[in-house]
Amino acid sequence: MNRLSPFNIVSLVVGFAFLYLPIVLLVVYSFNASRLVTVWGGFSTQWYGALWNNQMFLDAAWVTLRVAFVSASAATVLGTLAALALVRYANFRGKLLFSGMIYAPLVMPEVITGLSLLLLFVAVGIDRSFWTIALAHITFSMCFVAVVVQSRLLSFDRSLEEAAQDLGCPPFKAFLLVTLPVIWPAVAAGWMLAFTLSLDDLVIASFTSGPGATTLPMRIYSQVRLGVTPEINAISTILIGVVATGVIAATLVTKRREVRRLRDERLAAEAG
Amino acid sequence: MAQKARAKRARASGEGGAFRALVIAVPYLWLLALFLVPFAIVLKISFSVAAIAQPPYTPVFTFESLSGFLANVRELTLESYLWVAGDALYFDAYLSSLRIAAISTVFALLIGYPLAYAMARAPQGWRPVLLMLIILPFWTSFLIRVYAWIGILRSEGYLNQFLLWTGLISQPLAILNTETAVYIGIVYSYLPFMVLPIYAGLERMDYRLIEAASDLGCPPLRAFWSITLPISIPAVIAGCFLVFIPAVGEFVIPDLLGGSQTLMVGKVLWDEFFANRDWPIASAVAIILLLVLVLPMVAFQRYRERAL
Repeated sequence: MNRLSPFNIVSLVVGFAFLYLPIVLLVVYSFNASRLVTVWGGFSTQWYGALWNNQMFLDAAWVTLRVAFVSASAATVLGTLAALALVRYANFRGKLLFSGMIYAPLVMPEVITGLSLLLLFVAVGIDRSFWTIALAHITFSMCFVAVVVQSRLLSFDRSLEEAAQDLGCPPFKAFLLVTLPVIWPAVAAGWMLAFTLSLDDLVIASFTSGPGATTLPMRIYSQVRLGVTPEINAISTILIGVVATGVIAATLVTKRREVRRLRDERLAAEAG
Repeated sequence: MAQKARAKRARASGEGGAFRALVIAVPYLWLLALFLVPFAIVLKISFSVAAIAQPPYTPVFTFESLSGFLANVRELTLESYLWVAGDALYFDAYLSSLRIAAISTVFALLIGYPLAYAMARAPQGWRPVLLMLIILPFWTSFLIRVYAWIGILRSEGYLNQFLLWTGLISQPLAILNTETAVYIGIVYSYLPFMVLPIYAGLERMDYRLIEAASDLGCPPLRAFWSITLPISIPAVIAGCFLVFIPAVGEFVIPDLLGGSQTLMVGKVLWDEFFANRDWPIASAVAIILLLVLVLPMVAFQRYRERAL
């Protein structure tokens, strides 16, 4: 049953080649000694050195990391609350509007989100800065966190928390001590997703950033429009490497925890 | 004893009320202030007059008194909408956005379905790895993945070098800065959105149905056509929505890969805003784009609620 047909094998090979070939070419040519991006001139790491001396890129990278950290953390708190509201409280006034506002940003074109937030900041009279980018990123990424955490909460056995409350544990404490440890992997995944969404965002940041708060994607974008350069290949490779390492490490950790949990459950079942 | 438990529960539910209010109110108010109110402002500005000022539009609403408010309502103008309706450029932009998004969705389905199917039929042990390989590009920068295609599709890019080397072509093909490049970019960027729901749908499917069919003498292709495909239709619909809707408003891909030839409404909005600095027109373009997208979005929301 589990033998793949030739057609399936071709589908896998073609599909994954399509997904990964561009990335592989980008990484390989970031080690190209030649200034011409498409002509191989030998192995070199000179473009990484050039990056290290490019203050503009370093500043932008620092801004981006700070925005991503602040917005991922706030979005995780807000998104987890939103997921709780959606799953736990079946009927509250305006629930339809609430769930609409959770799902709409997931499919909303970024240009519209960016434009509307900018017009809000102008109307209210908030100067655009680091903080306006962070506010914008919190808003759209909290919806992604909410969806990720929601799916985990749906499979959570509510009676555990009710038992704690029957024993006199106040709701907030019950959430902290019983629910949160169980849904933790989803909350962590939500944080990571929010972090990378923020790192990645060009369009919304372009609308909501102020002087002195240029993010790395904005820098890369303005460079890329002028043409392909080896420096951009190098910085792309670093970003890809960092994200891939993070995601793979996170997956391995959750996987190991899962294996341990299954083993514990089996041992408990055998003992019982 | 019973009394004590009841008192405990009453106390808990009292605090539970406060906890509940907090859990709902905080994200709710946040989204109202930073998601819904902004749209009201976009709507307002789309009915305002452009001005050479900072900010570059005449604010028409002040909430000082009711009569002042009503006078302001009378000052609202349809100018921007008439402008957008009167210029064929905008109409063409909406139309070509819808066309490009639709064609890209079809290609994403043609590549994504066989891939998702093969993943779902792969040995159990491979599946988490394959799934991870699908998700991984989604985590790496969107901008960089689009950028990677510039190097491939340029006239002196890797694709042309390869084709010239094999002798399949004698002149480099012009792909970058055409609509073809935009299709490639959109299919590439949104492929995971197509594969994931279809894979999830097919993986859950009960393959004993296929075995039963083949025991009864049904050829594999026919079994696929009359069993597997109908079962996977809801997942296919979800995947198509997830690719189509964001593709309509796409800005980065047409800008970097499509050059000046490709007209898409996301790019038009961006140019109106940043290059022409005409905020009322940009707002009107955004409102109309939203209206164009509302139908598919509502359909998607309905579908989602039914699926959950």
